Amino acid sequence: MTRLLMRFTLAAASLWLAGCSSLQPEPWVKPYERSLLADPIMRFDRDPVASAYLHHVFESREGARGALGSGGGGCGCN
Amino acid sequence: MLIYWRVNSACAHLFALSRTHLGNLPTLTLVCGALLLPTAAGAVTLPEERADALYHRYDGDGVTIDGPSLLLRKNFKETVSVAANYYIDNVSSASIDVVTSGASEYTERREEVSLSGEYLYGKSIFSAGYTNSDESDYTANTYYFSASQDFFGDLTNITFGYARGDDEVRQNGNDDFAEEIERNAYRVGISQVLSPRLLMALNYEAITDEGYLNNPYRVYRHLTDPLDPSAGFRQATEVYPNTRTSDAAGLKFLYHMPWRGSLGTGYRYFTDDWGIEAHTAEIGYTHTFGSHWIAELRYRYYEQGAADFYDDLFLFPSQDENDYRARDKELSDMSSQTVSLYVNYERKVGFGPMDKLGVSLQYDFIMLDYDNFSDLRDTEALPGEERLFDMDADVIKVLFTLWY
Repeated sequence: MTRLLMRFTLAAASLWLAGCSSLQPEPWVKPYERSLLADPIMRFDRDPVASAYLHHVFESREGARGALGSGGGGCGCN
Repeated sequence: MLIYWRVNSACAHLFALSRTHLGNLPTLTLVCGALLLPTAAGAVTLPEERADALYHRYDGDGVTIDGPSLLLRKNFKETVSVAANYYIDNVSSASIDVVTSGASEYTERREEVSLSGEYLYGKSIFSAGYTNSDESDYTANTYYFSASQDFFGDLTNITFGYARGDDEVRQNGNDDFAEEIERNAYRVGISQVLSPRLLMALNYEAITDEGYLNNPYRVYRHLTDPLDPSAGFRQATEVYPNTRTSDAAGLKFLYHMPWRGSLGTGYRYFTDDWGIEAHTAEIGYTHTFGSHWIAELRYRYYEQGAADFYDDLFLFPSQDENDYRARDKELSDMSSQTVSLYVNYERKVGFGPMDKLGVSLQYDFIMLDYDNFSDLRDTEALPGEERLFDMDADVIKVLFTLWY
């Protein structure tokens, strides 16, 4: 699975560098319709320092890791 | 707060591998704090200039950890942003693992320094950074790089990231013990504007570890006489595989209510080659009161199956280095529930270079239940018949932020 991801990542990055970003289809949400999305309460992570700490607590107490954002620091060893 | 009109996947811009000793499991650390943040729709921009001062405290199962975290971010010429983060853990531990191994309560201190930089080029942001974490028996160095770009009318943002970690494991009281771990992490993130009210973030992350992955202080137990539990048990140092590969995929949604509130939900699936399979589900509601107050209530549920080589009580001791043995409760069948309450106050100040001030009080109550990890303090029961262990933990965070 990891090897597959690496290949996918490489292919996607190549497309990116090749200029895929020039694709500009018509956006279905116009810029003037995005005011609600710009509200601070529409951020997945408003306080990254604090949430990083909590995610680290979870990763230290549980077996799973990654893909939800994670926290730096903190431990309670042993 | 953050500049509007940008989309970034959750904490996907910059990440670092770091290993710490909470539970002594190798952990991936995404250093989101110093990074670009997932926000609303629009072209990528640099993070806002801000200074954060966080006090954190964890208290559960005889373990107390507290300390500060300081973050400072500065931008230059609207294309370059640099950040520095200094973090301290002051640990005092008399956890069940310490108590039942016969050790006495200990204290220690961990310091972490992170430096990172972002470069904005058109609709792309390139990030790189370095993190060093140091404590008496563990040193972790992490290097990371990521690239993020908006596509399709700025409704979609894609991020790729890579992190490399080189850790050194030591053992207090044993100067002859020194081991290493190499870590690699690969991450892909997509943020998508689905409607004028709805955002989605999809993240995938693969992590590989190689080296000394177990905790040199932790032990497993086996029966002294496999045919007679009343003869008691013996303890021995755990035997772990020296590699681990994990995959995790997470999906989040955030919806703006008809009033000024938002509803968020998320799910993550995790699996690794140690046999652990885990599910995480979250839901949260954010509500505003006037223009200065924000309150948030969250619930998180987590459950996992045990690693293939985990057991609460083995019949026999390990026969060789490939006969794995673990009794880390973090590898057991377990579940956790977390209830969180956050209150945030922000106000513009417009004084000198200061733009806005904010203070946030955050409380998390964590309940952990273990389905096959016995409480060895129940000494009157026969081995394997002790009561199961469970624990609660309180997490408090007080955050002061200055935007300038």
